[in-house]
Amino acid sequence: MSILTIKVGMADLNVTKSPNILTTLGLGSCVGIALYDKVNKIAGLAHIMLPSSKEIKNNQNRAKFADTGIEELVKIMLKEGANKNNLVAKIAGGSQMFSFSSNNDILKIGERNVIATKNILKEMNIKIISEDTGGNYGRTIELNSLDGSLFIRTIGHGEKTI
Amino acid sequence: MAINVDDLNTFMIDVLKELGNIGSGNAATALASMISKKVDMGVPAVKILEFKDVAEILGGEENLVVGIYFELMEDIVGNMMFALDLDSAINLTNLLYGRQKDTKDLDEMDISALSEVGNILASSYVNSLSALTGLKIFISIPSISVDMAGAILSVPAIQFGHVSDHALMIETIFEEDAKKVVGNLFLLPDINSFGKILSALGVQ
Repeated sequence: MSILTIKVGMADLNVTKSPNILTTLGLGSCVGIALYDKVNKIAGLAHIMLPSSKEIKNNQNRAKFADTGIEELVKIMLKEGANKNNLVAKIAGGSQMFSFSSNNDILKIGERNVIATKNILKEMNIKIISEDTGGNYGRTIELNSLDGSLFIRTIGHGEKTI
Repeated sequence: MAINVDDLNTFMIDVLKELGNIGSGNAATALASMISKKVDMGVPAVKILEFKDVAEILGGEENLVVGIYFELMEDIVGNMMFALDLDSAINLTNLLYGRQKDTKDLDEMDISALSEVGNILASSYVNSLSALTGLKIFISIPSISVDMAGAILSVPAIQFGHVSDHALMIETIFEEDAKKVVGNLFLLPDINSFGKILSALGVQ
């Protein structure tokens, strides 16, 4: 069977089954949320931009926010045959690409995205088993639905699998 | 004046283009005098992009680019960014320092020079906007990042994420005569500032 690599864009999400790969390129302050059911070998990846749909009027695109994005991702994974109790999470991204001396909320958005993501996963009883967040650099991530491994590539900050 | 990025009419877009034209014209002159070369300026484009397509304007999500980022404050709130790919960045520093460097690394001196170029470009752009609109605009010190285009552009994209499912950028492409330096300058005012700019120019 051939392996498909499926791209997840900014404010986007997707679900696939073994042995396909989900990837999102050039994560900056956004957060990539990788969910995996290792029994049924079903993987889901969301690329969220903002912490909460509740702070914003224009919230039709559910994949844009940590709260609605994770909900939507879980919903699709369950529909595809995943079991909620099997789900574990890995998260990456949430960096601060530019730094200024002022305490600007816009520039701290990466950190806020990570905090919101963790809170929502906790509320939904989905355990985070590994993460690579923060810093001031971009990340490309690949979620392998065969084993749930998350490969992370950077420019100048190495590569790793978490 | 309330503006919706997803619903701008062609007249408003023309006004924004003209704004880009005036700002960029000054910036191009400043760049030309810094490097003592002729600098060509493209016609400014108003780009309304879906988030998934944003990184395409700088050659795709994983393309290595240099981004020099500024905050705009006072009457106009938002950001400006000068972005160029690594080859252009190295060629630009070579022109500024009058040398020929063949490595692909940017050292501290290069980063400092690029920040200063960005600073001069952004200041001249903003000054002409301010003169035209009568609005007071302050600009922050530059912050620079050398990284993937997707990661760098996530910063302005997220700002538009608060109000829209599209990012609006007024883009001008600069080219040094021999095309050794190609850069994109983006004006990214927040949504309320768009309204202020248009009102200041008498657009109802």
